[in-house]
Amino acid sequence: MSMEIIGQQMVNGITLGGLYALIALGYTLVYGILLLINFAHSEMFMTGAYVGYFTLIGLSKIDFFTSSNVGLLLLYVLAFLAGMIVTGLLGMLTERFAYRPLRNAPRLAPLISAIGVSLFLQNAALLWISSRSIPFPILFEIRQDDIAGVNVSSMQILIVGTTILLLLVLDTFVSKTRVGKAMRAVSQDREAAGLMGVNINYIIALTFFIGPALGGAAGIFSGMYYGSIKYNMGFIPGIKSFTAAVIGGIGNLRGAMLGGFTLGMIEALAAGFISTGYKDVIAFAILILVLVFKPGGLLGESVVEKV
Amino acid sequence: MLKVNNIHTFYGKIEALKGISVEVNEGEIVTLIGANGAGKSTTLKTISGQLHPTEGDVQFLGETVSGMLSHEVTAKRIIQVPEGRHIFPQMSVQENLDMGAFLRNDKAEIAADIERAFELFPRLRERKNQKGGTLSGGEQQMLAMARAMMAKPLLLMLDEPSMGLAPVIVDTIFETIVRLNKEGMTILLVEQNAHMALSIANRGYVLETGKVVLEGPGKELLANELVRKTYLGEV
Repeated sequence: MSMEIIGQQMVNGITLGGLYALIALGYTLVYGILLLINFAHSEMFMTGAYVGYFTLIGLSKIDFFTSSNVGLLLLYVLAFLAGMIVTGLLGMLTERFAYRPLRNAPRLAPLISAIGVSLFLQNAALLWISSRSIPFPILFEIRQDDIAGVNVSSMQILIVGTTILLLLVLDTFVSKTRVGKAMRAVSQDREAAGLMGVNINYIIALTFFIGPALGGAAGIFSGMYYGSIKYNMGFIPGIKSFTAAVIGGIGNLRGAMLGGFTLGMIEALAAGFISTGYKDVIAFAILILVLVFKPGGLLGESVVEKV
Repeated sequence: MLKVNNIHTFYGKIEALKGISVEVNEGEIVTLIGANGAGKSTTLKTISGQLHPTEGDVQFLGETVSGMLSHEVTAKRIIQVPEGRHIFPQMSVQENLDMGAFLRNDKAEIAADIERAFELFPRLRERKNQKGGTLSGGEQQMLAMARAMMAKPLLLMLDEPSMGLAPVIVDTIFETIVRLNKEGMTILLVEQNAHMALSIANRGYVLETGKVVLEGPGKELLANELVRKTYLGEV
């Protein structure tokens, strides 16, 4: 096993980890606020990919967007904005109609509702769009650079760079702004947050915009990275990212980021060192180990509350 | 100032309040006493907008506040210190106080009010950067009260402030309530500790299974035979 292969797998691992981290944030944000595992989140990922796809296909017919680098950059920015906004709105719609009516119901009820939304969206994409995988358009030339014997594509740099930017923006938003503080307050004690004057419904709706929007962005990245999209493309990354959120400590934002990158790295290294077939086995074995020794996850909160 | 008119409130399927009327005038300490399940906390929660009455209404300064959500009631500066304190466990003492001032944006004055809160409860200043969840029960109660004061209440509602606290701390809490009232704060106090509550209150209401069974000046209720037998444990 040469250093080059380790380096190569680490680069792949960071890219994959970035995608997991983006999706994991959606799970962890919603869980932090509502204690709900949003099973429909993997379909938010898929929706983002499709909206990005249709935006790219539609706008690339206009010469302006394809004739220059500036146009091309603008085209991708628009595709991401469209993907994130539409997915975010879909997330809010899901909350409003599938979860909010069940807010005071037993916790199993919204969970089942979430599975229902997931199946509904998957089958809607299957019926209305296609049952087959669709090639995702690549409109720019992907450069391959050799850095110390490791092959790094411009696509990987783009994905990792944008992911880290989004993570930083979210982290600053939650820790520094007034609304971010209100989000933390709602997640720690919803009743008290209301008594402080926080509009709880607004915060929950906002959470259901931000989480799915990030998932949607990950969906577009996935389309660009793997070159195709499909109606059920959310399932596996959804489970993996949920796992990443749990490894990091569900409900904890930085935990989700750490968990995402950790899982991506483990998978890539396992694929490189041992075998591609075993990468999931090893990744999930490590998940079990983490949970045995740190049941709250790597960054799980351990503050003892006094009553 | 506050008029609660014949409210009926359901807690799930149980009618917890069966027509309660309570009045609080500016500058008063009014207390609601009664056994567990009498409807004291439900009355406060109905005023603060966490629960909504099916009948009757709540008027504050001439405005109907029943039917509003809790953040809207808070904006009217009716501030509730909830039962069980409900401190934000992962936030520092300082951040908890900041949350109390969530609806304000007068930065300089907020800083001055935090200073005032620390003067009221010097223990909190020592614990300024400590997380809320790591404080003792007494410290949490102090923080909950200080946090409520950050919202500049016109009416301060306290739900069981003495619950689960050592007698010394209870004394401190009650001294603070009296002090705040002397400085002009109007207070609606719910307490299981009927003796202490009635001895500082201008007026009191005795609740029993969702109804007001007795009302009157605090001193009078303290002397009332029924109250003495039922709530003060005298034979």
